[in-house]
Amino acid sequence: MQNDGIPYASIFCILFQKKLSQQLKFNKNVIIMNISFFINGEQKSVTITDENTPLLWVVRDILNLKGTKFGCGKAACGACTLHVDGEAVRSCLYPVKFAEGKQIITIEGLGDAKNPHPVQQAWVEEIVPQCGYCQPGFMMATAALLAKIPNPTDEDIDQNIVNVCRCGTYYRMRKAIHRAAELATTSSENS
Amino acid sequence: MDKKEKKIPRRKFLIRGALSTVGVLAVGTYIFKNPIRRGIATAINTTDAPYLGDTSTPVIWFEITENNTIILYSPKVEMGQGTFTGLAQMTADELEVSMEQIQVVHAPSASGNIDEFATGGSTSISSLWMPLRELAATMREMIKNEAASKLGMAPVQLTIKNGVLSGGGKTMTYAEAVKDITDWNVPETPNLKDTKTYKYIGKPLARVDLKEKVFGSPIFGMDASLPNMLYGAVVRPSNIGAKYITANTSKAAGMPGVIKIIKEPDFVGVVATSRMEAEHAKNAIEVTWEIDRNWQTADIESLIAVGNGKPFVIQKEGDAKGILSDEEALITAEYKSPIGAHAQLEPNGAVAHVTADKATIILSTQVVKLTRDEIAERLNFEKNQVHIIPTFLGGGFGRRLHTPNAIQAAVMSKAVGKPVKCFFNRKEEFQNDTFRPPTHHVLKAKLNPDGLIEALEHNVSSGDVAFGSPMVPSIAAPILGADLGAWRGGMIQYESIPNFRTISWRQKLPFATSWWRSLGLLANTFAIESFMDELAIAAKKDPVAFRLAQIQDDDRGYRLKEVIKAAAHKAGYTNDVKNGRAMGFAASTDTNTPCAQVVEVSIKDNTIKVHKVTCAMDPGIIVNPDQVRAQCEGAIIMGMSASMFEKMEVEDGMLTPTIYGPYQMALMRNAPKEIDVVLLQNADTPGAVGEPPLGPIGAAIANAIFRLTGQRLRTMPLQLS
Ligand code: FES
Ligand code: FES
Repeated sequence: MQNDGIPYASIFCILFQKKLSQQLKFNKNVIIMNISFFINGEQKSVTITDENTPLLWVVRDILNLKGTKFGCGKAACGACTLHVDGEAVRSCLYPVKFAEGKQIITIEGLGDAKNPHPVQQAWVEEIVPQCGYCQPGFMMATAALLAKIPNPTDEDIDQNIVNVCRCGTYYRMRKAIHRAAELATTSSENS
Repeated sequence: MDKKEKKIPRRKFLIRGALSTVGVLAVGTYIFKNPIRRGIATAINTTDAPYLGDTSTPVIWFEITENNTIILYSPKVEMGQGTFTGLAQMTADELEVSMEQIQVVHAPSASGNIDEFATGGSTSISSLWMPLRELAATMREMIKNEAASKLGMAPVQLTIKNGVLSGGGKTMTYAEAVKDITDWNVPETPNLKDTKTYKYIGKPLARVDLKEKVFGSPIFGMDASLPNMLYGAVVRPSNIGAKYITANTSKAAGMPGVIKIIKEPDFVGVVATSRMEAEHAKNAIEVTWEIDRNWQTADIESLIAVGNGKPFVIQKEGDAKGILSDEEALITAEYKSPIGAHAQLEPNGAVAHVTADKATIILSTQVVKLTRDEIAERLNFEKNQVHIIPTFLGGGFGRRLHTPNAIQAAVMSKAVGKPVKCFFNRKEEFQNDTFRPPTHHVLKAKLNPDGLIEALEHNVSSGDVAFGSPMVPSIAAPILGADLGAWRGGMIQYESIPNFRTISWRQKLPFATSWWRSLGLLANTFAIESFMDELAIAAKKDPVAFRLAQIQDDDRGYRLKEVIKAAAHKAGYTNDVKNGRAMGFAASTDTNTPCAQVVEVSIKDNTIKVHKVTCAMDPGIIVNPDQVRAQCEGAIIMGMSASMFEKMEVEDGMLTPTIYGPYQMALMRNAPKEIDVVLLQNADTPGAVGEPPLGPIGAAIANAIFRLTGQRLRTMPLQLS
C-alpha cells in the first residue's frame, strides 16, 4: 500500500510524455521540464510538464514522501508546511519551478525515531498528536521558528504558529514548543 | 463488579490458524435493550448511546506472531481519540503481555471482524471494556493450557510474565505454546482481575501511535497509494439541492494528462495521471445542474424556529406546561447556534482498485461495514468481494460516519482498470459537508419564593442529526418522533426541580445535517446552562450553589454534584471581577458522563480572550488518564472554536465560506494557556470521554462575559457588540 515511489515516478513521466507529444502541436506553452533540488539532503531531479505544479504534489506523489500533508491547497491551514532553504513554506501554493537548486526539508528529513529533531523530541515528550494529520506542518513551522527565535515567548508563538489543528492540540503544542526550545539550547551547549 | 451473566459464551469463539500465527475471533452477544420513544431519550442520557458505535456484537481478532508479539485487529478506528492505546492497555493486563509486545492495527473487512456499527458516540472503550478483557483473559487461559500439556505440567504450575510461561525450571513463550495447535479447547470465561491489580489500565501511558504521528509515517487514507495508480476528480455541486443533469466534457477530454472522462447517471468525473491534472480537467467540465431554489441564511433561520414543525415531548416531570402557561413572573430567553462545519484536516477520499471480481478500497472511514455494503451494491458484487482497508483518520468528528465518496473512486477504478485515488478539495469539503445543524432554543421558567426553580421548559428546534443518516433512516422519524441526535444534551439534568419538560421541534433542512462531535450537546448545553445562569442571577444566588440545590439525590445526581464541586473548588470560582478577568460556570451530562467547567476571560480590543479553563469530569473508570486529559483539552478548544468563531452562511444557494480563515476557527493564539483537568471516577465502568467535555464550554464563556460586561450573549458564535 506504500513505498511504491520509484515505479510511480516513472509511470508519471512516461504517460506525460505520450500525451505531450500530441499536446505540443496545439499548445506551444506545454513543455517537459527537468527540475533539480535537494530533498532531505539528497539530490533529486524530477520531470514535469507543468512547472507550476505545487511542490506539495511533487513531494507527495512523485517523490513519495507522504509526511507533508494536504489540507486546503490555498495556503490557509499549514498542513503542507516544509522548509525551502530554511524558510517555512506552505508547499501547496509553491510552484515547483521555484525549487530549482534549493534545499528542501520535509518532516521525514527533520529527524527520525533514532535521531529526533528537538521539536520532534518535545512532541513525543508532551504527547501532542491526536489524529496527527496537522502535526508535521506544525512541527515544520516550529522548527523554522526556533531557528530564527531560539527562545520564543508566548507572543512569538501566537504570531508565528498560525496553522490549523481541528483536534485542538494547541495547548500541548505550546508546551512542546517551549520544551523544544529548552532541548535545542541544551543540546547545542553540549555539542 | 464484573457481571457474570455478561460473559462471552464459550461457543462464540471462532479460531483459525495460519502458518505460525494463531488468531482468536470472538463474537460476543451483548444485547442492548431496545427502548423506543421517551425510553431512548433516557437511555441516551443515562447509559452509553445505544444508537451509535455500540458494539453489541464485539468482534475482535488477535494474532500471536512467531516473535511473540500480539497483533490486535481493532474493529474500532483510530481518529485521534486514543482508542488504540486504551485497547492495548486492556489487552496487556489480561493477556499478561507488555505494551511493547502489542501492535494495534485497523481490522480490514476481509479479516471478518467488521464492526456492526461505527466508530463514534464516545463508545469505543466503554463498549469493548468487558468483551476485550474477557477475550484476552480467555486467550491467556487457552495458551496456558496448551503450554501445560506441551510441558507435561498442570496449568496451575505455570506463571506468566510478558508473554512467557514458566514453571518447574522450564519456560515457553506464547508463540511456542500456540505453535501447531489447530484444535483448541475453549475454557469457561475466567474471572477478570481486580481492577486495582492492573499494571497498564489506569496509567497515563504514551499513545501507541505517537511515533508514527511525530515522524510523518504514511498512515492516513490520503497517504495510501497503489502501483500504477491514477488520480480521479469528481465535479461536486456548489449549490444546495443541486441535482446533476448532464455535462459537457469536450474541453476537459483534451486536457493534459486526462485518461478518461467518467460519466455516470449520478456524477461526472475525470481520471488523469496526476492530482493537479485531474483537478484542472475537472474544472473544465461544464455541468448542468437542476437547482430548485436559491436558499439564503434568512430562509434557514425561519425554518429553524421553535413553533415550526411538530413538537415532541422528550422529557417530562410534573406540570411544567400548566405552571408556565401563566405569564406572570415568567422568565424567558431565546438562544441560537449556527450551522457548523466539520473542517477536519484530512479531506474525504479513497484509493480504490476494482478488478473483475474484487474491489479493494483504502480509506479513512468511521463506517467500515456501511462503506463495504454500499460499494458492493453499486458494483453489483457480493459483500465479500469488497475489501475495505481502514486507515488512521485525519480527524473524524462524525464527518466520516458516511463515506459514500468511496463509491465514486470504485466506479472510476473499474472504468479505467487501474487503481484510482480520488479526494475532495477543500471547497468541496466545505460545500458538501454534513453539517452540524443550526438550532433555536426557547427556555421558560418560574422561580419559587425560595429562589429555586418551580418549573422549567426547554424547547429546541434543530435540523436533523440522526434522521436521514444511513444509521437512522428518516422512516424511523414517525416512530421516534424527535431526532435523538438533536436532543443530545437537551435534557434537563436538574431533576429535583418539581416541574420540567423538554420539547424537541424537528426540522428537515435542504442540505445535509448530521453527526458533529457531541451532536446536540454543544448547542443544547449552551442554551440550558446560559439560562441556568440567568435564573441564578434573577434568584440572587451563586450559580454553583443554585445548581447544586436542584440536583436529585441519586447516583447520577451524586456524580454530577461531585464534578460541579470539584471544578468550582479547583478553579476557586468567584462571581467577582478581578484584574479585568471574570469567571463563568457551566455543567452538562452527556451519555452518563458529567462534566463541569470554569472559564476565566478578559476582553481586549473588544475581543474575548479565554485565559484558563478548569474542567472536572467523571467518565467512570479511566483506562488512560493522559488520553482522557488530551480529549478534554481538545474538546474544550474545539468547543471554544465552535462557540466563539465558527459559522456557515447560506448565500444565493451556496454554503459559505469554503476555506479556513474565512471559516474562522480557534488558532494557537485563541487557545487558553492553562487547562486544568480534574478527573473523578465515581462509576465502576468506563464511560464516554471524547464528547462530553464539549458541552459546558460555550455557556461557561457566555456566563463569564455577562459577569464582566453585563452583556448577555445568547447567539453563537459569541461576539461582543
Ligand atoms: S494545504 Fe497548504 S496550507 Fe493548507
Ligand atoms: S491533531 Fe488532528 S488536526 Fe491536529
